[in-house]
Amino acid sequence: MTFSGVLAITLVLAVTVALAVPLGRYMYQVFDGEQVPFDRVFRPFERVLYCVTGIRPEVEMDWKAYLRALMLSNAAMGVFAYVILRIQAWLPLNPAHIGPMPPYLAFNTAVSFLTNTNWQNYAGEQSLSYLSQMIAITFLQFTSAATGIAACIAFLRGMRSRQANALGNFWVDLTRALLRVLLPLAFVWSIALMALGVPETLGGYVTVHVLGGGTQIIPRGPVATLEAIKQLGTNGGGFFNANSAHPFEDPNVWTCMLEIWAMSLIPTAFVFTAARFLNAPKLGWVLCAFLTALVFLGALVVYHAEAAGNPLLAKLGIHGPNMEGKEVRFGIPLTSTFVAVTTAYTTGAVNAMHDSLMPLGGMVPLVLMMLNCVFGGDGAGMLNILMFFIITVFICGLMVGRTPEFFGKKIESREVKLATAAMLVHPFVILIPTAIAMATPAGRSSIANPSLHGFSEVLYAFTSAAANNGSAFAGLNGNTPFYNLMLGLVMLFGRYISIIAMIAIAGSLAAKNIVPVSEGTLRADTFSFGAVFVAIVLIVGALTFFPYVALGPIGESLQLALRS
Amino acid sequence: MEKRRSWSKAIAGRAVVDALVKFDPRVLVRNPVMFVVEIGAVITLLLTIQPSLFGIQSTGYQAGARFYNGVVTLILLITIWFGNFAEALAEGRGKAQAETLRRTKAELMAYVKRDDQWEKIPASALRRGDIVRVQAGELIPADGEVLEGIGSVDESAITGESAPVIRGAGGDFSSVTAGTKLLSDELIVRVTANPGETFLDRMIHLVEGAKRQKTPNEIALTVLLAGLTLIFLIVIVCLPPVAQALGVRVDITSLVALFVCLIPTTIGALLSAIGIAGMDRLIRFNIIAKSGRAVEAAGDIDTLILDKTGTITIGNRLAYAFLPVQGHDERELAAVASLCSLFDETPEGRSVVELAKQMGIEYRREDYARARNVEFSAETRMSGLDLPDGTRIRKGAADAMKRYVEAQNGRVPSDLDEKVENAREGGTPLVVVENDEVYGVIYLKDIVKPGIRERFAELRKMGIRTIMCTGDNALTAATIAREAGVDDFVAEAKPEDKIRLIHREQEAGRLVAMSGDGTNDAPALAQADVGLAMQSGTQAAKEAANMVDLDSDPTKLLEVVAIGKQLLITRGAITTFSIANDVAKYFAIIPALFSAFIPELGALNIMHLESPRSAILSALIFNAVIIPILIPLAMRGVKYQPQSAMRLLMRNLSIYGVGGVIAPFVGIKIIDLALTAAHFIGGGFSS
Repeated sequence: MTFSGVLAITLVLAVTVALAVPLGRYMYQVFDGEQVPFDRVFRPFERVLYCVTGIRPEVEMDWKAYLRALMLSNAAMGVFAYVILRIQAWLPLNPAHIGPMPPYLAFNTAVSFLTNTNWQNYAGEQSLSYLSQMIAITFLQFTSAATGIAACIAFLRGMRSRQANALGNFWVDLTRALLRVLLPLAFVWSIALMALGVPETLGGYVTVHVLGGGTQIIPRGPVATLEAIKQLGTNGGGFFNANSAHPFEDPNVWTCMLEIWAMSLIPTAFVFTAARFLNAPKLGWVLCAFLTALVFLGALVVYHAEAAGNPLLAKLGIHGPNMEGKEVRFGIPLTSTFVAVTTAYTTGAVNAMHDSLMPLGGMVPLVLMMLNCVFGGDGAGMLNILMFFIITVFICGLMVGRTPEFFGKKIESREVKLATAAMLVHPFVILIPTAIAMATPAGRSSIANPSLHGFSEVLYAFTSAAANNGSAFAGLNGNTPFYNLMLGLVMLFGRYISIIAMIAIAGSLAAKNIVPVSEGTLRADTFSFGAVFVAIVLIVGALTFFPYVALGPIGESLQLALRS
Repeated sequence: MEKRRSWSKAIAGRAVVDALVKFDPRVLVRNPVMFVVEIGAVITLLLTIQPSLFGIQSTGYQAGARFYNGVVTLILLITIWFGNFAEALAEGRGKAQAETLRRTKAELMAYVKRDDQWEKIPASALRRGDIVRVQAGELIPADGEVLEGIGSVDESAITGESAPVIRGAGGDFSSVTAGTKLLSDELIVRVTANPGETFLDRMIHLVEGAKRQKTPNEIALTVLLAGLTLIFLIVIVCLPPVAQALGVRVDITSLVALFVCLIPTTIGALLSAIGIAGMDRLIRFNIIAKSGRAVEAAGDIDTLILDKTGTITIGNRLAYAFLPVQGHDERELAAVASLCSLFDETPEGRSVVELAKQMGIEYRREDYARARNVEFSAETRMSGLDLPDGTRIRKGAADAMKRYVEAQNGRVPSDLDEKVENAREGGTPLVVVENDEVYGVIYLKDIVKPGIRERFAELRKMGIRTIMCTGDNALTAATIAREAGVDDFVAEAKPEDKIRLIHREQEAGRLVAMSGDGTNDAPALAQADVGLAMQSGTQAAKEAANMVDLDSDPTKLLEVVAIGKQLLITRGAITTFSIANDVAKYFAIIPALFSAFIPELGALNIMHLESPRSAILSALIFNAVIIPILIPLAMRGVKYQPQSAMRLLMRNLSIYGVGGVIAPFVGIKIIDLALTAAHFIGGGFSS
């Protein structure tokens, strides 16, 4: 570890925060509906869209209607993507003549992109036509992020209303998230990436004659546009199998930083947006400070573990950092930042092979995904933060002797029931499938490495799917009917149960009156409360997963330390 | 707070037995956390009988597996018993009290009016609407309204207050309660409650907790605890297949032990005891809450609506100053006023004499034995003294006195109105007149109860606003409000103003508490989130309120708030403690579970516990004994000091959160040392 390395990590994260503050304010204005900047630019587009689709923007939905619209539209998009993948061979824009995707894999892929996970059991350049890349993959990368944003906005609106039912209009929120947030940002990022060397073309793969005398096919395609929304939408599914480690997806240090900023931008901005909605401006800074600190800490642990290198190699006289699975052009500090950010923000893009990280280095992404609320993905991450906030507020509220209040809304048994259900999902869909995989030959046969590391691969896969992250410990062969199906189900449960529970909570909170703040109110927008929140997240996370992390990366790390 | 000896030996003795009855799974299922402990105990019991029951041999430490399983079973059973004991103990006091009350109830006989005859029947046969006769020395057989007569009643059976109270037909003192004793005269009472619905019945139900409903907050907490239990269940159930795939054989008994250690047994065991003890604290305070919900709501109160008279000020106004009009000085006025009040027995009158005495002016009653005392009447609105020489001295309300003087063609001094206005500030003016000559004004002032200002300051720290309601004019109200330090006041308040005020506060999202006793308070008492009625008040008020204060002290509303808060804080503190404990337990049990197969994990044994078995048993024993250690806390409640929410949180977190992390590290290590010293468990860690 060097000072300049730590400084680099610090600066990269600082830029994220600097960009997120104005975006957070802008997103608030977009969804709040009053004084929307650039309204003149976007309004005509919206009018046309509403007119064509028959959306009536003035119709307010209660939580059930909102949820219905969200679930039905998502189901339709999922089926659409599945069908496209199955029949891509016969559709246009397929210069590489790629065949139809097999059913289990197509299911897994459609679910994966629908749920903002982007777990990839296929190699993009070999399994997808350009059309699939664009209207199945890139399309869902936009809509899944927009869905998450809309769900969270609905919750925040519920927090603000007083004895009312309306949470807004899902179609309007979806349209605004796409048109006014994701598209403009993706446009900017695409241009920047293109300028820095990322390809964007509909021309077919290039066949070149190499110096050795043979030929090589170099895949290319509409990469830059996918890359931008891949990161901005906290999706993570790459154009190429190697994801951001591929030189066409992430050619240099500048694109690497651009991608880190892209994936961390919207979730960081969301804490500020939420703070405005909750009328607690300080909350944005509190959450931003604590959560950024956790990301920073994660990046430091990875940096430390990787920079120290492998002790077994050191014993053989080979010193230096652990460079296995890493790109020399990024270096250790930036790679470490990418590892922490991609899992904290549940993006899942990788610019290094996580499987090759040192055990403790690999533990960081695993733990960040287990916590699932260190910023998290677009919208969905904020929902998880709010869910843990409700649990924290409940426990702390008891300790000050009042029925707990969550920004003025009383937390009673219905909210606790739903929040508990949402909290249960994550460990359930990680641990039960992991146990099934470990207990069945179908699950065990995909494991590449023996012993504890092999277990880490399985645990990582299900954790990644449950957190809708999508990054992988690449050692595991996921393209089997067993894993395609299991991971697909885990992604669905991991995504939608908590969304359903949280929107139901929003419905019940919206119907409540807002308790005015007094001396007796436990203010949640303070640094002290933020510290308690982080402590509870860490303790609940640690208590839930400790035995498994002990059998995985901790055990492996201890073995490594004692053997060398 | 009133100190009564709360847990006698007899109650504890009975709780020991009652705790055994509660092992019945049908009873225990109400408490999900303890119920799963019982299931765990059944599993380990089966493993004690047949150690290889589940096919997995307890490799690694087979030797003495049956003994080990037996010990774990025993500790689990003791854990459950501790929880049951806590609950039984909390219920015990109420049960004893209920028995006394029930005995009273069984003895009640009534003379009921049937066909114009008084017929003697058991009180249990009385119905609403029956007319009964009660004579001196008899117990009143049912709750009712006095129709005829007036008499003094000993209500000590209900209130514990031995001084008799007057009950009579009409007005606000017409309600009588079953089980109280008529000391004098005779009352004709109309029964207002059917058997099973009387105040006595309700009190029996309440103190014995028989029909105890879980309160909303308790339900919410139970859900959260059940959720945590479910998470840990999944954590444990998923471990064997994972471990087996890694070549680690885990011992089922140890897994059950880990599970029981992780789930929040401490709060699970004490939760219902905390609730019962909270209600009991109220009862010991002589307040009957009709539901636990009301007690919880009390902790949430944002606004207190308090009557001025009797709550903020002592009931009577006292003479504070003499304000002479032009042409007279203070001493002259004091002399006339003192003479005027010589035979006046009201507190106001006595205070006038007292104030004059302080100025050295004193008359002796025997000197005026032939004077005629004129009592205050509602028509004349004045009182006074007629001297034998024909001098008539009067004091009374300003407008009445003016008319009195004018009727005698006397002169009303020009500065009288000004003096009267001066005296209206926070008080009542009484104009003093001798014959047709005005001397001046007695300034009667409301006296704010000592210490009340400090109480309101405390409330403000807790974030509770106080609003004073009074029938006085705005000027008087403002002065008292300033003196008492209330946040707001409503002057010239009529009963419907109170309801309007409550509505206004509730619409703004605030929870409101108020106290009252009159029939016209009843709608407001019903509308308030916490309504505290006085036992001395009318039946209607008591029906409408959700709490009744047997001592009839409206200031007790403040204690009710504190008890409500304390109840929630105790729950929160023990929950936090319970969860925080898990950190240390993991460090004890995880290395113990796996280190036989993955020796490197022995490095996590940071407490350096002697052996895997002693580690697991130590954690489990700690988990059990912490319950009885915390029983006194659960019963007494966490100490509550009024302070801001954040400071309160930080204080409780550092005690119960940080303490909860540290305590088990120390406790488990000590138990491990003790077990090792006793050679209870052999075999060291393999690394």
